[in-house]
Amino acid sequence: MSQPELLAIRDLSVSFPAESGRTTVVRDLSLTVSPGETVALVGESGSGKSVTSLAVTRLLDYGPGRIDTGEILYRDRAGTVRDLVRADAETMRRLRGPEIAMVFQQPMSSLNPVMRIGEQIAEAIVQHRDLGWSEAEAEALQLLERVRIPDARRQLKRYPFEISGGMRQRVMIAIALASRPRLLIADEPTTALDVTVQAQVLRLLRELRDDLGTGLLFITHDMGVVAELADRVAVMRGGDRLEEGSVAQIFAAPVHPYTRSLLAAVPVLGSLADTPLPAPFTIAPEEAVPQDTVVAGAPTLELRELVTRFDVRNAFGMLRAHVHAVEHVSFDIHPGETLALVGESGCGKSTLGRSIVRLETPRSGQIVFEGQDVLGPEAETNRALRRGIQYVFQDPYSALDPRLTVGFSVAEPIRTHALRQGAAVTQRVGELLELVGLPPHFAARYPHELSGGQCQRVGIARALASEPRLIIADEAVAALDVSIRAQIVNLLMSLQRRLGLSCLFISHDMAVVERVSHRVAVMYLGQIVEIGPRQAVLSSPQHAYTRRLLAAVPIPDPARRRRELAIDDSEVPSPLRAPDDIPTVAPLVEVGPGHFVARHPVGGLY
Amino acid sequence: MTAPTIRSPAGEFWRRLRRRHTALAAGVVVLLIILIAIFAPVLAPYDPAAADYDALLQGPSLAHLAGTDSYGRDILSRIIWGGRISLTVGLVSAFAGGLVGTTLGLLSGWIGGWVDTVLMRLCDVLFAFPGILLAIAVVALLGPGVANVVWAVAVFSVPVFARLVRGTTMSLKQAQYIQAGRTIGVSGAKLMLYHILPGALPVVIVYMSLRIGSAILVGAALSFIGLGAQPPSPEWGAMLADGRSYLGVADHLTLFPGLAIFIVVLSFNVLGDGLRDALSQRLQ
Amino acid sequence: MLFFLRRLAAAIPVLFAVSVFVFGFVRVLPGDPARLVAGADATEQEVASARQALGLDRPIWEQYVRYVGASLKGDLGVSSRTREPVIDVIAARFWPTLWLTLAAMGWATLAGTFIGVWAGTRRGRWQDQMAMLFAIGGLSFPGFWLGLLLINLFSVHLGWLPTGGFDSWLSLLMPSFTLGVGVAAVLARFSRSAYVDVAAEDYVRTARSKGLRERRVIWRHGVRNALIPVVTLTGLEFGTLLGGAIVVETVFAWPGLGRLLVDSIAFRDYPVIQAEILLLSAEFMLINLVIDMLYGVLNPEIRLRS
Repeated sequence: MSQPELLAIRDLSVSFPAESGRTTVVRDLSLTVSPGETVALVGESGSGKSVTSLAVTRLLDYGPGRIDTGEILYRDRAGTVRDLVRADAETMRRLRGPEIAMVFQQPMSSLNPVMRIGEQIAEAIVQHRDLGWSEAEAEALQLLERVRIPDARRQLKRYPFEISGGMRQRVMIAIALASRPRLLIADEPTTALDVTVQAQVLRLLRELRDDLGTGLLFITHDMGVVAELADRVAVMRGGDRLEEGSVAQIFAAPVHPYTRSLLAAVPVLGSLADTPLPAPFTIAPEEAVPQDTVVAGAPTLELRELVTRFDVRNAFGMLRAHVHAVEHVSFDIHPGETLALVGESGCGKSTLGRSIVRLETPRSGQIVFEGQDVLGPEAETNRALRRGIQYVFQDPYSALDPRLTVGFSVAEPIRTHALRQGAAVTQRVGELLELVGLPPHFAARYPHELSGGQCQRVGIARALASEPRLIIADEAVAALDVSIRAQIVNLLMSLQRRLGLSCLFISHDMAVVERVSHRVAVMYLGQIVEIGPRQAVLSSPQHAYTRRLLAAVPIPDPARRRRELAIDDSEVPSPLRAPDDIPTVAPLVEVGPGHFVARHPVGGLY
Repeated sequence: MTAPTIRSPAGEFWRRLRRRHTALAAGVVVLLIILIAIFAPVLAPYDPAAADYDALLQGPSLAHLAGTDSYGRDILSRIIWGGRISLTVGLVSAFAGGLVGTTLGLLSGWIGGWVDTVLMRLCDVLFAFPGILLAIAVVALLGPGVANVVWAVAVFSVPVFARLVRGTTMSLKQAQYIQAGRTIGVSGAKLMLYHILPGALPVVIVYMSLRIGSAILVGAALSFIGLGAQPPSPEWGAMLADGRSYLGVADHLTLFPGLAIFIVVLSFNVLGDGLRDALSQRLQ
Repeated sequence: MLFFLRRLAAAIPVLFAVSVFVFGFVRVLPGDPARLVAGADATEQEVASARQALGLDRPIWEQYVRYVGASLKGDLGVSSRTREPVIDVIAARFWPTLWLTLAAMGWATLAGTFIGVWAGTRRGRWQDQMAMLFAIGGLSFPGFWLGLLLINLFSVHLGWLPTGGFDSWLSLLMPSFTLGVGVAAVLARFSRSAYVDVAAEDYVRTARSKGLRERRVIWRHGVRNALIPVVTLTGLEFGTLLGGAIVVETVFAWPGLGRLLVDSIAFRDYPVIQAEILLLSAEFMLINLVIDMLYGVLNPEIRLRS
């Protein structure tokens, strides 16, 4: 048996207790990681990739999971090779930190909410090195500077809730580096982050790996991130390792059919750069046809100078600040057209969508739907409008009442608007389910019996039940696995073709946006900074923020890997302002046919 | 992946409850106690009020399984009849408090705004009095008696339920499926009836079963200190107060009524615990 | 600092409402308080002068203002039973009750939280199951019955402890134990589930991934966070304790406020009842105010996010 350079997993099987007996979630997995090497463990949800990482650190012991067979050989700093499966708890504790460190997916919940950041870093140093608390704090400061946290001295004294998600993830990395580990396991470290922040964190990980020669086991579902970072790739599904190879080989010549279908389902930004119209994913045997569905004529929806702000009050009910979620937004959506609304979290894109269906109350402005003012006082028109505009939510499970059957949920709009009576309702529910690609007998099921993709299809069927003209899809595919995401995107596009629907597609995923949209609007701090035809905005972005956003998108093609990125470490400012501090709205100027960019007063920049 | 079988949330609940044998046992005991109370006239071997001056303070025997008290009354019969009082206090007050509290909580959480502020300030005020103190204040106002104890216990249960249901309502209100209902145009009343109430009800039922136990305890305590059921009544707390004077002389006077309270309250609490655990999605 | 001032400010309206409630309490009683004060066989004239003396002929709001003013000065009226000033009657009974409740709260909080956390760290094992069995038993045990059983065993049969009264610190043992059992049981159950919840948090996993010693993971990351909700409950449980004191004092013939209240109700001594309810509520609110502030100390998010 050969000795590993750093880590060698051999025939590892892990199981969890199930209703009866145990379920094996990782089966006979073998994998190696060498110093300075990045190995990506790729798979969709339930593939067993996260469990593998917990098995290596034996954090699995603190949950219900159990290692059944196999060995995990690890060579430590002193050159001793150990089988971690058989190591006792105290040995493992000594290895965690100085030898093997982890970065987790959820930066929000992975830091102790009531402990200052400085202490959370310092305690790891104190535990493993012969240092006192004050020396450890000094080192913590250096670590924070190293992960490029601005104003590090002040951040040491802060609590996790006082800093942003991106900053928290940097703190997590600083903790992981505190004891100079030789193997770093990163479990979806950028999944919860915005794309520009993701780019910053990835660059940081890459630098640290190169500087310290740390081996990196990177767990992700995102092929774009894999292409950016990995040397070798292992693809997992349902607990099995399907194939392994160098990153170039996996992307250029995948052997396993699953890997091939996975890669086909990954949207690649720029792949439709040469066509003016969007097109669905090519999923054999269907042929992707350009989406020529836009009909000239009066717009379905017209937004004029829409403003939505939230009051922030103190405990005495006095106004302390406003959140300027939506500031003077205007645009049109035409029949059969998809307008994509893109931006990072907190930019106000969801609030805008919610304002249109009156889930939020706009302060001022006009929403005109098929010639009628949505903000008008009459409740009756309101009811009709509720029919005409439908919303599809991000989380497919929580958008359905868990206590009611799928059939009841889909029938609810039909009954509410009295579109059918009696047995015709049931029949219509069946039709709608078939329309979204589900068998009619699914009407008798409950949401928890469906997969995420099936649930989202139900959500779409319910939206269609009231026979709307406009669908607002709010991150409707963001929570789904890659292969499912492609199917739902294609479903939405085929429905648009068949029913002539207009669509407001709210998303942070630029590559998906390139697939679905006819036009793109970019939102930043509640304002639209750039809007225009898809090809124009994505291929020749004019606004500095649009450029920054596009530059940060990882390209799922290792051949196009960018070694050095011009990414700054700045953060998006807060939309919170004092009550009398009204932001100025930059006017939009036309730079091409239908292509508008905000012109900011400073220096005449776009 | 195995094919999903059709299971309703209610079905899941029963499936989980069935595995909790202690809770089921407690449920059987509760049922038995209720049956005993209903059929007290048939089951009780003696008239609970009939004095027998030839059999004063007798210990347990075949004729009197739990002995007799200072008037020669059969303690077992008194306990059987007393169950009616304790169960009435527990069930009626928990139910009344739960009903009013749930309604207020629903309104408060759903309407929000000033309605919420006013109702919650009212709850704050009720909360500012320790529970049993509030009950004592009510009894002091209305005078001693079992009926007044019921109302007293109901009153101090109201804010507990109101808070609980308000919290549930507010979190359900934010649930996406409620928002989805709004975008469809479903009316507020229907959302409340079809989506919010069914969501809040299980929590209320669980809490009610836990509340019954504490209501019985408070009711017995009030009777014990002389503010509830009055002497000839076979209320368990009153029986204990009666037996106090015979500590060391006739211990069975305090043993059996106390045991009765303990068993009944314990059964309701274990049942409530089991219901709660079966309801929460997170498995033990 | 602002946080603490705000908590203080929030307590004022509640205190106001409580005082209105207590003030109104006597007004809605059946019977005329003036006649009560003047005595059953008083003439109409005597009743009228009593009414004037009590200020009952003034408008209701003025009566309220006078009532609050007098209360703040310590003038709570005269007991209709003993004819002594209420403040003196209450003052004599205040300390025994304070010692009793503090002793009970002290042992119950310590024992309850400790047992709860201990059971939480051994979740699912037999120690956990035993602890929770005892907890639900303690929760269901009628305090007054427990008191009687203890008296029977330790005083009547063994003769080790006094049956009642407050003559020495020894006589504090049984009442404070009896009073604390329920609270200890509630806290044990709650702190167990709080600890179990916290132990499943991501940041506890992070703490382990740093290679910290298990003791530090449990105490600094686990228990420290689990204590936050437990502290709030402790404040609320103090109310249970005050209420329980009324019953336990009756069992052990304890010369405290609780027994005074029960006796006063029996004699319809309304001035005393009124003053006691006000005092006990104020005490309860005060405790919860302190607890609220402690909560702020433990949870920086509450303190700083305002």
